[in-house]
Amino acid sequence: MSGTSYLALRYLVFHRWKTAVLVTALTLILFLPVGLRVLVRQSSEQLTSRAEATPLLIGAPGSPTELVLNSLYFGSDVPATIPYTESDLVEGTGLATPIPLYVRFRVREQPIVGTTPEYYGFRNLELADGRLPAILGEAVLGAAAARALEVGVGEHVISSPESVFDIAGVYPLRMLVTGVLEFSDTPDDNAVFVDIKTAWVIEGLGHGHQDLARPEAAAGVLRREGNVVIGNASVMQYNEITSENIDSFHFHGDPSAFPATAVIAVPADDKASALLQGRYQDGSTVQIVRPDAVMADLLGTVFTVERYVVAGAAIVGLATLATALLVFLLSLRQRSRERETLSKIGGSPAAITALMGSEIVFVLATALTLAALLTWLASRYGAEAARAVVGL
Amino acid sequence: MIGIRDLEFAYTDSDFRLRIEELSVAPASTTAFIGPSGSGKTTLLNLIAGILLPDSGTVETNGTVVTDLSERERRAFRVEGVGLVFQEFELLEYLTVLDNILLPYRINSALRLEPAVRDRAAALAERVGIADKLNRLPRRLSQGERQRVAVCRAVLTDPPLLLTDEPTGNLDPVNREKVLDILFDYVHESGTTLVSVTHDHEILERFAEVVDFRSFHAFGPSA
Repeated sequence: MSGTSYLALRYLVFHRWKTAVLVTALTLILFLPVGLRVLVRQSSEQLTSRAEATPLLIGAPGSPTELVLNSLYFGSDVPATIPYTESDLVEGTGLATPIPLYVRFRVREQPIVGTTPEYYGFRNLELADGRLPAILGEAVLGAAAARALEVGVGEHVISSPESVFDIAGVYPLRMLVTGVLEFSDTPDDNAVFVDIKTAWVIEGLGHGHQDLARPEAAAGVLRREGNVVIGNASVMQYNEITSENIDSFHFHGDPSAFPATAVIAVPADDKASALLQGRYQDGSTVQIVRPDAVMADLLGTVFTVERYVVAGAAIVGLATLATALLVFLLSLRQRSRERETLSKIGGSPAAITALMGSEIVFVLATALTLAALLTWLASRYGAEAARAVVGL
Repeated sequence: MIGIRDLEFAYTDSDFRLRIEELSVAPASTTAFIGPSGSGKTTLLNLIAGILLPDSGTVETNGTVVTDLSERERRAFRVEGVGLVFQEFELLEYLTVLDNILLPYRINSALRLEPAVRDRAAALAERVGIADKLNRLPRRLSQGERQRVAVCRAVLTDPPLLLTDEPTGNLDPVNREKVLDILFDYVHESGTTLVSVTHDHEILERFAEVVDFRSFHAFGPSA
């Protein structure tokens, strides 16, 4: 290291707090516009690519954005539901393959996605371990969900109650993990996938309990009315579906009326897509949306905001640069005596300039390095963090 | 030796004017410049060191006519031939004692900072009693210790000429004697020429020569 570089470093280390403030300010003004742009572009690419991979989405009338965010990115806002029969209706048209979704419940922070086996193929999801759910009460986890929940194949996950104060509400269901999916860098990584019927069990539309016809359940019988046995509150309901009790599980009501938050429709071709959209033009009971169009609208707004923020950051950046320049100039002025001493003991003007210049170079180089590091981190983890922040 | 002839110097922004017809300082001697403030003592030190150039006349030091040298050559002359000690010590607050002593080698690319130089810096520090403070910053030193660091810095290159400007001006009597002992021991051992500006008449007996600037009739507005 040259003498002047050494002296410059000693100066910066001696004034470490002043240097740290300066470096932080410069890092932020360098990072903010670039980092924000990278973050927005990358997030938008991920959001757009998933939307473009989802041809049509059918859901209850209301906010298309909410419908898309819940169905594609498993956002926490649950849209109004549609009857499951809509899935059958789509299939009945012969124009598209329906994939029903019921995204309402969670295992801690991880969304439970009730769907059908077609979903895995549609999203090109591969198993890293185990197998897909085969019966009620089984679950397969996205890679990130398995890591977050710290469970693997053969272990269990428990659905979270929607409200701890609602004792009449949804009871937790203990589910066996039969598989873990490969990492896909999509929202599927964070999901807990179950058959849609399992999601209905979580909701309480289906349940299993003691067989009241058996003698050991006699205490649970409230009264008998002919062939009908009415149980009392002591009847034990199962909170886990096992091979021993699966036969006791049953649904009350008409399954075709059971809820779904959306149906993904995968049309055979463009014509089928157009025809299907035509059939839902009325939109009074259900709406059909093209997720790519919905996301394009949403991202258009985001890009506009981004432009304003970047412009603002650039102005703040210029002001900060001007301030930093002022700090350097004042520092030079304050150090005129030091420069004079260095000159008297033989320091050339070039060496003295190199000393002061090295300090500026070190500060700028450090700020640039940190800004580059932050930008890399933003490009690597930013989109994931942004999704977590906005609940997608 | 130092020889000055027909020297005239004036600052552009003041009425001060220094005029010396002839002045010589013998080699390996100790000389004190005394006189009232503003009489040109420090200015003459700067002229001898080649920091300032006279308007006319010559300054010759150890066979080199300083006034004939270019800026770059005068700098080289200063690096190799002149040690400077200032009244305010002029240590850099952000450098340790050792780095302050080594400063001439850090700021001059012509000088190579080799292990032998570091050893010499440590030996000088040992000699002036600050060896245990090499890693301290100047703010943690006493005034006397700071001036000792400044002396070490000035003599590190083993210059044949040592110019000191009020070297004891900021010191208490005890430290003043210590610093003078260090300076005089060094110049007597090394054969260095010492020229010192001072207001302190108590220390004049230590010097072989005393030059009173009042004798020059050389200050005040030019006629």
